[in-house]
Amino acid sequence: MALIEIDNLVVTFAARNREVQAVRNVSLAVEARESFGLVGESGSGKSTILRAICGLAPISGGTIRIAGQPAATRRGAGFSRRVQMVFQDPYASLHPRHTIDRTLSEPLAIHGLPDADARVVRALTDVGLPPAFRFRFPHQLSGGQRQRVAIARALMLEPDILLLDEPTSALDASVQAETLNLLNRLRAERGLTFLMVSHDLAVIDHMCDRILVMQHGAAVEELPREALAKAQMKTDYARSLFAASADRLLGA
Amino acid sequence: MSALTDWLRDPSPASRRQARLGQAYLSWLRLKNNRLAVIGLGIVLALVVVAVFAPVLAPDDPIAQNLRARLLPPLTDGHLLGTDDFGRDILSRLIIGSRITLYIILLVAVTAPVFGLLVGTVAGYFGGWIDEVLMRITDIFLAFPKLILALALVAVMGPGIINAVLAIAVTSWPPYARVARAETLTVRSSDYIAAVRLQGAGAGRIIWGHIMPMCLPSVIIRVTLDMAGVILIAAGLGFLGLGVQPPMPEWGAMISAGRKYLFEQWWVATMPGLAIFTVSLGFNLLGDGLRDVLDPRNSGK
Amino acid sequence: MTLLSVENLHVTFDTEAGVVEAVRGVSFALGRERLGIVGESGSGKTQTGRAVLRLIRPPGRIRADRMEFDGQDLGAAGEREMRALRGRRIAMVMQDPKYSLNPVMRVGHQLTEGLRQRDGLSRQDARAKAVEALAAVQIRDPARVMEAWPHELSGGMGQRVMIAMMLIPNPDLLIADEPTSALDVTVQAEVLSILDKLVRTRGMGLIFISHDLRLVARFCDRVLVMFKGRIVEELPAHNLMQAQHPYTRGLLDCLPRIGGPRTPLPVLDRTADWAR
Repeated sequence: MALIEIDNLVVTFAARNREVQAVRNVSLAVEARESFGLVGESGSGKSTILRAICGLAPISGGTIRIAGQPAATRRGAGFSRRVQMVFQDPYASLHPRHTIDRTLSEPLAIHGLPDADARVVRALTDVGLPPAFRFRFPHQLSGGQRQRVAIARALMLEPDILLLDEPTSALDASVQAETLNLLNRLRAERGLTFLMVSHDLAVIDHMCDRILVMQHGAAVEELPREALAKAQMKTDYARSLFAASADRLLGA
Repeated sequence: MSALTDWLRDPSPASRRQARLGQAYLSWLRLKNNRLAVIGLGIVLALVVVAVFAPVLAPDDPIAQNLRARLLPPLTDGHLLGTDDFGRDILSRLIIGSRITLYIILLVAVTAPVFGLLVGTVAGYFGGWIDEVLMRITDIFLAFPKLILALALVAVMGPGIINAVLAIAVTSWPPYARVARAETLTVRSSDYIAAVRLQGAGAGRIIWGHIMPMCLPSVIIRVTLDMAGVILIAAGLGFLGLGVQPPMPEWGAMISAGRKYLFEQWWVATMPGLAIFTVSLGFNLLGDGLRDVLDPRNSGK
Repeated sequence: MTLLSVENLHVTFDTEAGVVEAVRGVSFALGRERLGIVGESGSGKTQTGRAVLRLIRPPGRIRADRMEFDGQDLGAAGEREMRALRGRRIAMVMQDPKYSLNPVMRVGHQLTEGLRQRDGLSRQDARAKAVEALAAVQIRDPARVMEAWPHELSGGMGQRVMIAMMLIPNPDLLIADEPTSALDVTVQAEVLSILDKLVRTRGMGLIFISHDLRLVARFCDRVLVMFKGRIVEELPAHNLMQAQHPYTRGLLDCLPRIGGPRTPLPVLDRTADWAR
């Protein structure tokens, strides 16, 4: 039994007298401790799938099961302790008026977990930030530092599953490398399961074991990492995505 | 002094209090650069100081009548701004009257915006029928001209300062609801709200702890700019005899009483008018300056 | 033939937290070639581009020993002379057409506005030129696009409209600030090839500002690498893999590659001397 099971998911948005199907009959399964990547361009529906898992996007068809249990209509406390998400834009995912301390201790307060002080300091050191940053505001941190705080926040409730929505797209290349290394380290240390979304094939290749290519809301091709490295794609779209991928440009 | 500024400017504060005070200090520095805003702040602070120390500052009894000293012009010995038609010193009446003005402003400022903020954030966050119902109620209140509605309420409840404040507050809250709702709609779809929802936070925690702090700057700015209007409505009510009752030296009532003497003894009506003008101007300048400081776009990247 | 020559450019900003030096002594010369300026955030690359066009407002200050465009001193030029240069001889394409196209004007109106006001063309002539420009950026249905609103265009289309608009007056120098960063990967390649062709056929100078070292190296003749306001390395694009400076090497090595090893990616040593 896979940890995350999505069967024929359909997500429809109503916009201005028109209905837009952002996700069309997508199915996938993520095993425990696996790292699964969703890759596609804008409008492919990949981020929408993550939001649907969290209950932030309306599901009009299909089912989502976490550890065998269908996700309840209102995601409860149990869900929060199991699944957390890291968002794309480090400038928008932290509350601008809250100190880092407040941002990190809030999940603990919501669930009544004790020892907030010690946990916050430990969370900061786990992601490589000095505890002195504790009472800073987000605008006093760089993009990479904010994303580390976002990762620390996602791990405060010690979830099994981490959903990652383009976690490094808004970061500089050198900061991206540090952040990806951090994510891999945390995954190894805590036995996390990753479901990661990106438009960057090289990042997905580095981070994920299996990959699903999406386009216009539908699944195009699922392939293991080895197939990607050997350029053994079966569909034309996957091949064109591979060819356009920036790191192909220098024949590296 | 510089040890304190160093503490405030510390890039790694050691406590939440230090962090917040540090940010407030930086905002203050930004406000200081705006000369007009500082003037506005000065006027507002002067109002507060005068109101607090009014009994000490007023040279004469504002209520005692002295019919032999009626209608003396300004700069008469002992009466800097002259006397009114009952021989009462105008300066003293203005000073004591500042207490009434401040009282009205404070009461309105803690009732109307708070209520408007609550209505606006709840309507904006929940959307759907809650939003519709709350906003239609807001629209109904907005549709009435402020002064007319205040008049109607005072006419029903009877004149007096508390009723005047209540009437003004009841007519002032809708714009705050609108402003708060607009901010809430923008903020509602942010990633940080999604993150805290994902952590299992309930609507109450989200609205109180996450959405309201983002609406506060707009509401605060609106409050300072509205203060001028509040003073004028109170003055209007006083002018019509429906607010504060004589012999209380409310500025608007003073203008009304001085109406008869406008051409010959202009100071009776003009002095309180100038006081209202100055205080309104002060709030307007302060409000403009606060907008530059509190606008989230300016508070760092 | 040197089109643009910049010596010892400094751009500083006065904030209440202190003086921020965005550009610290940058010098380069540009002929009718393609120069790439690469750097991460805070490197000063965007401010360098804007300084050339004197688009920096107070509290920002520009200071340079020399800033010359085709013999004209940019540092001493008045605002009126700068306005005559901007658009007509030096053009700028920015990152996101969502923000650089006026959302309340139709595309055709925006394209013809400059022609009618600046060059005094009649409505028909301006329209004909606009349609021609749209065709030059390979937009298949120029007439429809002329009537469209900016929000109706896709990212790639919007950026092509932006390029068309900037190239109508036939400038000598184009400054492109992350022109493809907001676009999908497959669209990027398309837009870049259009830009490539136009720059080549018109013999323009191009300054290509980007954070993407590999992209710039593929597209430009020479590359300047900037870090914290200074140029740390300058090299011909085809020699990129032989870069010497630790920062450039770091930038090249830190990107993940498809089929690369799963070991942690190499990161920059931020405590090194050059990183201060």
